[in-house]
Amino acid sequence: MFRRVLRLGLTPGRQNRGLRTRRGGFTLDWDAKVSDVKQKIECMMPGKQWGMPFDTSYLPPTQSDVVIIGGGILGLSVAFWLKKLESRRGAIRVLVVEQDHTFFFSQYSRASSTGPSVGGIWQQFSVPENVQLSRFSINFLRNINEHLAVVDAPLVDLRFSPSGCLLLASEKDAATLESNVNMQRQEGAKVCLMSPEQLRNKFPWINVEGVALASYGMEDEGWFDAWSLFEGLRRKVQSMGVLLYQGEVTRFITSSSQMETTSGEQVVLKRIHKVHVKINKSLEYQPVECSVVINAAGAWSGKVAELAGIGKGLPGTLQGTKLPVEPRKRYVHLWHCPQGPGLETPLVADINGVYFRREGLGSNYLGGCSPTEEEEPDPTNLEVDHDFFQNKVWPHLIQRVPSFKTLKVKSAWAGYYDYNTFDQNGVVGPHPLVVNMYFATGFSGHGLQHSPGIGRAVAEMVLEGEFKTIDMSPFFFNRFYLEEKLQEYRIL
Amino acid sequence: MREFGEMFGIPKFLRLGAREWNGRARGIHGASESATPDRGQKKKTLLQFLSDHFRDVQALREYLLQKQLSKSNWKNRSFANIREKYGPDVTGALFILKHGGAVKFQDKEWIRANERGSFPTEFLNFREVPVEAVDASGCTINYQGMSNLLPLKKLRSLSLERCPHVDDWCLGRLHLLAHSLQELSLAGCPQVSERGLACLHHLQNLRRLDISDLPAVSHPGLTQILVEEMLPHCEVLGTEWAQDLKLEPDRQPQDASSPISP
Ligand SMILES: Cc1cc2nc3c(=O)[nH]c(=O)nc-3n(C[C@H](O)[C@H](O)[C@H](O)COP(=O)(O)OP(=O)(O)OC[C@H]3O[C@@H](n4cnc5c(N)ncnc54)[C@H](O)[C@@H]3O)c2cc1C
Repeated sequence: MFRRVLRLGLTPGRQNRGLRTRRGGFTLDWDAKVSDVKQKIECMMPGKQWGMPFDTSYLPPTQSDVVIIGGGILGLSVAFWLKKLESRRGAIRVLVVEQDHTFFFSQYSRASSTGPSVGGIWQQFSVPENVQLSRFSINFLRNINEHLAVVDAPLVDLRFSPSGCLLLASEKDAATLESNVNMQRQEGAKVCLMSPEQLRNKFPWINVEGVALASYGMEDEGWFDAWSLFEGLRRKVQSMGVLLYQGEVTRFITSSSQMETTSGEQVVLKRIHKVHVKINKSLEYQPVECSVVINAAGAWSGKVAELAGIGKGLPGTLQGTKLPVEPRKRYVHLWHCPQGPGLETPLVADINGVYFRREGLGSNYLGGCSPTEEEEPDPTNLEVDHDFFQNKVWPHLIQRVPSFKTLKVKSAWAGYYDYNTFDQNGVVGPHPLVVNMYFATGFSGHGLQHSPGIGRAVAEMVLEGEFKTIDMSPFFFNRFYLEEKLQEYRIL
Repeated sequence: MREFGEMFGIPKFLRLGAREWNGRARGIHGASESATPDRGQKKKTLLQFLSDHFRDVQALREYLLQKQLSKSNWKNRSFANIREKYGPDVTGALFILKHGGAVKFQDKEWIRANERGSFPTEFLNFREVPVEAVDASGCTINYQGMSNLLPLKKLRSLSLERCPHVDDWCLGRLHLLAHSLQELSLAGCPQVSERGLACLHHLQNLRRLDISDLPAVSHPGLTQILVEEMLPHCEVLGTEWAQDLKLEPDRQPQDASSPISP
């Protein structure tokens, strides 16, 4: 089957992008069959759990239809949808490669941005597709156990707090906010606009100085436990037959072919045939033959793209256009403030980008702020700069919520945004020249909440060759070459 | 459900064998996996049978699980076409009565289904009369089913006591009743937690709220204080009240034997 797919895929052109597998021509691997049965018998025994811990004492398989680079929330979501939408059970083999050895076991992975996230979900975006993604995701999260239930395993509890999200706008941005809200409502989001007067009545603890308009999500917004979603997805994809492997992707083996576009331009199309997976704590690597590669390497996806030769060409050409995603360090501080706003506190995003929300019941709050371009901290380590909170965040917090004057910082952490320096929006779909590399990255601070929708979109692109649920074509890589920004009004 | 790809993941000894083999064969990739012996095909039938059979058993269990999960969705489907014909109040009433609850139209008596599930239907003519109170205690109403209650514009009193499927997501929708709702009881709902209670601040007209006996709330005492702070004009019935009532057997939370409840 694999060879067929490979051959099928080798013919360039859009129609053939879809990876369709059919029955027949399937050589049954004797060893594999024995093990399959053995494993099933084992699973039928009492006391055996479905989600077996994964083992790294062997090499990854030498072949896989799809290799997903990055075992973060996006990688797992793509894996889930690929298996969910496959034409017949077991039709495609999916391998997820994750470099971080702590990752599949603990949420305190160094490299991933899924762990440190704030878990926020909101619909107040300025790009309609982002609103649609939020709508799709919230439906997914609400029915999480219809999607992720595994026989004999406990149900997933996302601990969703439906507390809403409150966006504040100054005079300058008020008109933008208003037109955004109109668009969001058309997409079905329950968002209302509030004047400073109404805002003061609703949340007496807010100082409305400088606020011209506010928008507030009444439903389907708030925050949830990212780790529960991650765990639920991991367990589900394992039960669906996805193989999770720990190692680093270090190299791609590609072939190129010279092609002519309709306008007579010469382009070089590349196709990845093998992915080199470096075995953890060893110099050994394993080449994995594959027909599709998904780049879901989060903050490192720019680097992974470079490995495939993306961006290595003359500047200004499609070949020379880089994937503009890089790690940006972001801090989150958690503070205690008994005089603070109370149980009704939503996720508040202030005019200047400072945000905070309630955390639990014990008068704890957490929040932060994205630094300006000049103040970007050094992303080579994950140390927390406490002066940043002291000088750049706290004064703004006090300005907006005077009772935060008495707050005491309890803890802080840092994580990496998968930051798209071009327009802070995601990149989805295939690369125009490296035809079998698909992106699911660059969501710069809203990748977690959109992960269910992104995963589905990418899986549809791989399996069907087109988007079926949400048209994500504005997120194509081409926009970097065409210099068409897909700008968000504000990112947290 | 176990699938083909996962077989790579399990038997260590087999994989190690493959590894050695691969190690030697490195450099002549491509020949590797296609070297499956064809002659093995015939003697595999028993294994083949076991494999297929077991997969079917698992698929069946999976199917049953899904079935269980979607059954309550069917019961809670939206009565949109009835609403078109009879208006939101009659529809809401019909929905609640079908679920075994009770409704009260303005200036009328409570209507309730009898043991056999039938109820008087003259309310179908109450098109102009709004529903002012709903008692959905113990009903299997869920997020979807709430859509039939939320258009009740004059609903003053709502009891969702011991509803096994009412969760925080449902509470997130109650803001649509903010203008009229004065009394709300969530007592004994197994899935309601402090996270859902936090968004009741939208219900500014609420005068009485019962949040006793909520097993999913992590700190009942603290939660009650915070809810009282959040709704200063509302009388909040919480923990102590529940303790007084512990003696009353019918107040005990029902065991929710649903697959959705934790
Ligand atoms: C402080 C903070 C707050 C946030 N708050 C929110 C929020 O409120 N709401 C929201 O929606 N989002 C939020 N986000 C963003 C969200 O966390 C990310 O967008 C999301 O986690 C991205 O997931 P991912 O799977 O793409 O990336 P990751 O989780 O980073 O996964 C990528 C993985 O790829 C692996 N990898 C990289 N290179 C290789 C390689 N060569 N070989 C093998 N593996 C490799 C890495 O080890 C990493 O684990 C926040 C992020 C941060 C840092």
